[in-house]
Amino acid sequence: MIISIPDTNATGIHMALVQARHSIGVASSMVFTMIVIADLRHYDKALEACRDAGREHPSRIILVTDGQAKADRVDAEIRLGEEVPGEIISLRFHGELANHRDSVVLPLLLPDSPVVAWWPAGAPDKPGQDPLGKLAIRRITDAMGSSHPLAAIERRARNYSPGDTDLTWTRLTPWRALLAASVDAYPSKVLGAKVEGAPDNAGSLLLAAWLEDRLGMPVTRSEAGRGIGITDVTLHTEKGDITITREDGKMATFSAPGLNARRVALRRRDINALITEELRRLDVDDIFASAMTTLAKGCERRDAEKASR
Amino acid sequence: MTSRKQFVNPLRDPQDRRLPRVAGPCALVLFGVTGDLARKKLMPAIYDLANRGLLPPGFGLIGFARRDWEHQDFAKIVHDSVKERARTPFREEVWKQLLEGIRFVPGTFDSDESFETLKTTLTELDEVQGTGGNHAFYLSIPPKAFDQVISMLKKHGLAKRDQKGSWSRVVIEKPFGHDLASAVELERRVSSVFHSQSVFRIDHYLGKETVQNLLALRFANELFEPIWNRNYVDHVQITMAEDIGIGGRAGYYDGVGAARDVIQNHLLQLLALTAMEEPTSFEADQLRAEKRKVLAAAKAPQDIAAHTARGQYLAGWAGGKQVMGYLEEEGISPQSQTETYAAIRVDIDNRRWAGVPFYLRSAKRMPRRVTEIALNLRRAPHLPFSHTDTEALGSNALVLRIQPDEGITLRFGAKVPATLMEIRDVTMDFAYGTSFAESSPEAYERLILDVLLGDPPLFPQHEEVELSWKILDPILDFWADLDTQPEGYPSGSWGPSSGNTMLARDGFVWRRP
Repeated sequence: MIISIPDTNATGIHMALVQARHSIGVASSMVFTMIVIADLRHYDKALEACRDAGREHPSRIILVTDGQAKADRVDAEIRLGEEVPGEIISLRFHGELANHRDSVVLPLLLPDSPVVAWWPAGAPDKPGQDPLGKLAIRRITDAMGSSHPLAAIERRARNYSPGDTDLTWTRLTPWRALLAASVDAYPSKVLGAKVEGAPDNAGSLLLAAWLEDRLGMPVTRSEAGRGIGITDVTLHTEKGDITITREDGKMATFSAPGLNARRVALRRRDINALITEELRRLDVDDIFASAMTTLAKGCERRDAEKASR
Repeated sequence: MTSRKQFVNPLRDPQDRRLPRVAGPCALVLFGVTGDLARKKLMPAIYDLANRGLLPPGFGLIGFARRDWEHQDFAKIVHDSVKERARTPFREEVWKQLLEGIRFVPGTFDSDESFETLKTTLTELDEVQGTGGNHAFYLSIPPKAFDQVISMLKKHGLAKRDQKGSWSRVVIEKPFGHDLASAVELERRVSSVFHSQSVFRIDHYLGKETVQNLLALRFANELFEPIWNRNYVDHVQITMAEDIGIGGRAGYYDGVGAARDVIQNHLLQLLALTAMEEPTSFEADQLRAEKRKVLAAAKAPQDIAAHTARGQYLAGWAGGKQVMGYLEEEGISPQSQTETYAAIRVDIDNRRWAGVPFYLRSAKRMPRRVTEIALNLRRAPHLPFSHTDTEALGSNALVLRIQPDEGITLRFGAKVPATLMEIRDVTMDFAYGTSFAESSPEAYERLILDVLLGDPPLFPQHEEVELSWKILDPILDFWADLDTQPEGYPSGSWGPSSGNTMLARDGFVWRRP
């Protein structure tokens, strides 16, 4: 059912929620609260994403957007029962209240369970300092959702705080798994590495940073890749090159020393799969933190070079 | 030359828990590809693993069967089974990756020629797919053929003991023998060819996920362990009910029966996991040590006649369908004494469980399909309410639902609102499916991955199998000596009356699961 409650407050929303749950007769087994912060232009898309996410992650989803009315007020809409196992509360903030959104959201968090914040498109520069971001133990941003992905991921790296994560990192997991497994299967000292991707691809930048961090050596990165996303990763090892190339965003070719090229499925995943992976573990991801530090250092080095020139 | 041990993969880090463990290059040989299990479970599981990116590039899958097939015919069978049954969506690119490594070897289990062909096929895969001599053999075949296949593998040098970094492993399915003596004999034959770490026994009812869920509940919480003993637990009921009959499996089932088919492996494993002490770690051998200890302390009741029951389903209406009785099923002798319902009491002689009976029952043609472990607690020692207040109050119970809808139910008393004082049972439910985003992988996915990774399995090794037979053998012998027909029960009911009297003797009743 959908319940609209114009011009309300946290208590009003809460009462409507309890009543709705009674009439449907569901017990709550929701395990976390997810705050989704989107702007009005992306409202429909964000709601769709919430519905998808709610189907797979029974949780209380609070969709936060800003409206255009002058008065200081919040309009709420509760979705419960029909198509999602959890509940979706959409809040539209107007006027001065838009600067105090946390005052409404805080009372609506599920008791004693984790809170996750997700910005599907644009995100604040410092998610960890954001009033809504501060309520969450995990803050999910998506550099590829912003208009300048490379700048966005760099900004995230410089402002990283524990609990931050970016879907760019999540997208890399299959690549990283395949690379790590290939070094397991063909153990040999890695002498160098090369990452190639499409222009303006945050993933290739972050993957290169991760490799630099793990291997302790500079990694060559190029944007000459013809294809989608990351197109080519090569590890130069003592016994020969391990190469993974992928152009169509689906099927990759894998070659290793002494092995003819094999095909391997390496598909880009949809948002839902990415969010699922993100929600699997809610603790700080040290490996990501370390890769982001390396990325930030790289940016500083580049800035210093520019300045000295 | 750098040895494998010294090499540390710089891309791996124990902190990096996003990275799944991907199987190394290897080939899987499936014996019995024409069987139901292979088509319904194994092939889809292999695809699901590939789809989740857990199989290496260059993985080999070989089918072996007595069919006049080419590689592509077998590939077609796999393709159809995957399309129909896989848990994850079908993707063309994943299929293409698998297809490169699919081969078929036509042949029979007694033909030297066929096993030579198998050997050449494996060698070819080792070269082309880079599987590097790592081979797993999945014996999805009748137990009577085990011996033949295993000795052929040995004869043709396919079952080499692990050497020079390459391995060969074997997977066998239950039943592991039909009594203690035959289980010991089977073990002797298998271990003469394969190292005990290379033998994977699967109980497909009991997924690794389930085992781990149970361990997490018991040992990650402070809430349950204090009451997990004879001071609080009154008795335990472990049930596995199936709503179906024997279907087309008369040849397998007749002469085996519910006790051998399910209690010996599945229910006694659940009992061991429920009753064991806390292992010092979750290493497979520590876990097995604890299971062994508790199985060694468990025994059949003294008075077998009074504390066990067996039954055979009769014709009737089950779930809205008219069904045949066991003796009328095709391929079953009208004199068959095979039981389709078996219930036994098991007593555990140790400090934690002395005096707490464990009731195990397994049956076909029950009202619904359910597997659960129910710990029934003692009643409160004193109730400061009048008798009428608590008339509707049962005892507290903690129920671990294994399938379907895996989860936990807690039953306790609560006051009925707006009455003077009326206390009634209520339940609190937790379901893994609704609280966690991800659907659990199929038991077979975990098993196959464990085999390919060489992870020491949580599945029983031969000592546990033998200990389970020791518990069950006296009961099976007793039943066989009776030489009578098991008591009939209507299909779609919760079993014969002897099942109920068996509990009534101890002052209990079966839960309705």
